[in-house]
Amino acid sequence: MAIATGTYEDKTEEQKAIIEMVRQFVDEQILPNAEEYDHEDKFPEPIVEQMKELGLFGVTIPEEYGGMGLDLTTYTMIVEELSRGWISISGVVNTHFIGSYLLMKFGTEEQKDYFLPKMATGEIRAAFSLSEPEVGSDVQGIKTSAVKEGDDWVINGQKMWVTNGLGSSVVFLLVKTDPKADPPYKGMTCFITEKEAWEHENTGEYAGLNIPPAIKKMGYKGVESTELVYDGYKCPSGRILGGEEDGLGEGFRQMMDALEVGRVNVAARGVGIAQRALELGLRYSQERKTFGKPIAEHQAIQFKLADMATKVEAARLVTLKAARMKDAGERSDLEAGMAKLLASETGKEVVEDCFRIHGGYGYSKEYEIERLYRDAPLLLIGEGTSEIQRMVIGKKLIQRHKI
Amino acid sequence: MKICCLVKEVPDAAVTKRMDPDSKRLDRSGEKNLNPFDTHAIEAAMQIKEGGTPVEEIVAVTMGPDSAVRALHKAVALGADRSVHLSDAALEGSDVCATGYALAKILETENPDLVLLGQQSDDGECYTIGAVVADHLKMPSLTQVIKMDAADGKLTCERQAEYGYDTVEIDMPAVISVGDAINEPRYPSLKAIMGAKKKPLDTKAVADAGIEADRIGEGGSRTTVLALAEPPQKEAGEVIEDEDTNETVEKIVAWLDERKLI
Repeated sequence: MAIATGTYEDKTEEQKAIIEMVRQFVDEQILPNAEEYDHEDKFPEPIVEQMKELGLFGVTIPEEYGGMGLDLTTYTMIVEELSRGWISISGVVNTHFIGSYLLMKFGTEEQKDYFLPKMATGEIRAAFSLSEPEVGSDVQGIKTSAVKEGDDWVINGQKMWVTNGLGSSVVFLLVKTDPKADPPYKGMTCFITEKEAWEHENTGEYAGLNIPPAIKKMGYKGVESTELVYDGYKCPSGRILGGEEDGLGEGFRQMMDALEVGRVNVAARGVGIAQRALELGLRYSQERKTFGKPIAEHQAIQFKLADMATKVEAARLVTLKAARMKDAGERSDLEAGMAKLLASETGKEVVEDCFRIHGGYGYSKEYEIERLYRDAPLLLIGEGTSEIQRMVIGKKLIQRHKI
Repeated sequence: MKICCLVKEVPDAAVTKRMDPDSKRLDRSGEKNLNPFDTHAIEAAMQIKEGGTPVEEIVAVTMGPDSAVRALHKAVALGADRSVHLSDAALEGSDVCATGYALAKILETENPDLVLLGQQSDDGECYTIGAVVADHLKMPSLTQVIKMDAADGKLTCERQAEYGYDTVEIDMPAVISVGDAINEPRYPSLKAIMGAKKKPLDTKAVADAGIEADRIGEGGSRTTVLALAEPPQKEAGEVIEDEDTNETVEKIVAWLDERKLI
């Protein structure tokens, strides 16, 4: 059941046309196939190939590099629609988007010329990596390091939770280049590490990067989350993001900047999954009867639907506001954090309400809500947990309103 | 070869359709979209072009209010090279005959070798506009075409009928209304969507196309809507409980037999 989202009047003509296309693509290609890919934990190759043809890997990449040069707001709307279909699909695009953002904002001309055209078409896909087995939110505690040997930097260490870790051809990797730096973030650098897509053991010029079998997850299936084991991987100094001269020791700042847009992006995924749960709840509650009438006519269920719709609307508006502020060049760290917190929690809450509306059937794999119930918690964790968002929001609030 | 595709802006499929009791016309407020059946016509034109038959131009043609420009943008995003928008307050309230006449006048100025359109509009659902247009243009016309090959100025078409399929060869120029089984329309790429506004769009008024004012609009229409009524409610069906399958089958056969259906 497609329902009007009520945000159409906020869209430009192009945005309307784009969202119309993406929604049709989701309705026809993603929703009917998501269950199968989810149950088999299989990469949705045919869907991804179609997305390349439609230009969905180059949304924000400038036209001069073969992309569409669209803004974060339009991208956010696209991500909401894709996530309405299946958050794993937006997962395939999201790390790519972060990678292209890093290149567009901090890359040297050579780096942009080399990577962006291939990224705009989706010929190569990007991943990014901060987390390690013992380090997630506390990014400054990472242990993976790079040491200079001749013209190369030799990277050693283990990374964790890398979305698209196997299928990507390029990983934007945060490492320590100066272990003595104080504060530690000043000794961190972002390397653009190339690899063979879909190869567990890299050889030749990419030797020293191995990818163990993908991590088994509760949900968020189909798109792989992997470890990356760097063991003597050699990275030329020209592959330091922004160049060795300007980029060395800048990695933390660059990654945090990218994570700010990443938060808006995850927020959009929360809105998308919540929107889908609302649609499923609206449909099921009108089909299912108890005590002689559709359960949608019981106030207990109507109140749930009312809360669900209200939360979806609020989360969408906050998310679009954060995106629009970023596009307008305004500082939006606080808003991005709020959007991520509200929309990911909304995703979980609305999905759970929809699950409850489904009663016993929600617990069955026959119904789509079962997948959403396993998928939604990812958004509470990825790109900064809700607890981290609250820390950021709290800190920024006090900074902005110091007495 | 030049192909014109007739397209229409219709209320979005997600919008519940209702009749406006005052005007006795379909309420067309709310979100609108390109008639999904017309996307098959554009796709058919694209497939002729991509199949090797030289096609100089694919032109999307519509009649409708200002908002119909969006449907034309979608049509060119799907592959048409340019579009023509017939828009005039005098056209308001035109019935199928008046609309067909006005569209035929526009098509006369375009002089196409082939006119393609979808089998029906998603709002009025008359299924007839192709035949009306063809009559005015004195061109042969086929409906429910689900396969089409163009060669040497002729078209070989497969037409879906109640009893099976007809294979029909007709001379061009012709007007072909395509069934939705003819193809799977492509999705417009982001690039095509963003480029749509850059493709030429001619807006024409009634006077520009030599359309006679007394043959269009509510006054020029031959149809008068006298009253509107809800379709009768379907009667509840008869449920046969399946206790013994052999017996159930017998009951069903007897039921069908009684009504002379088998």
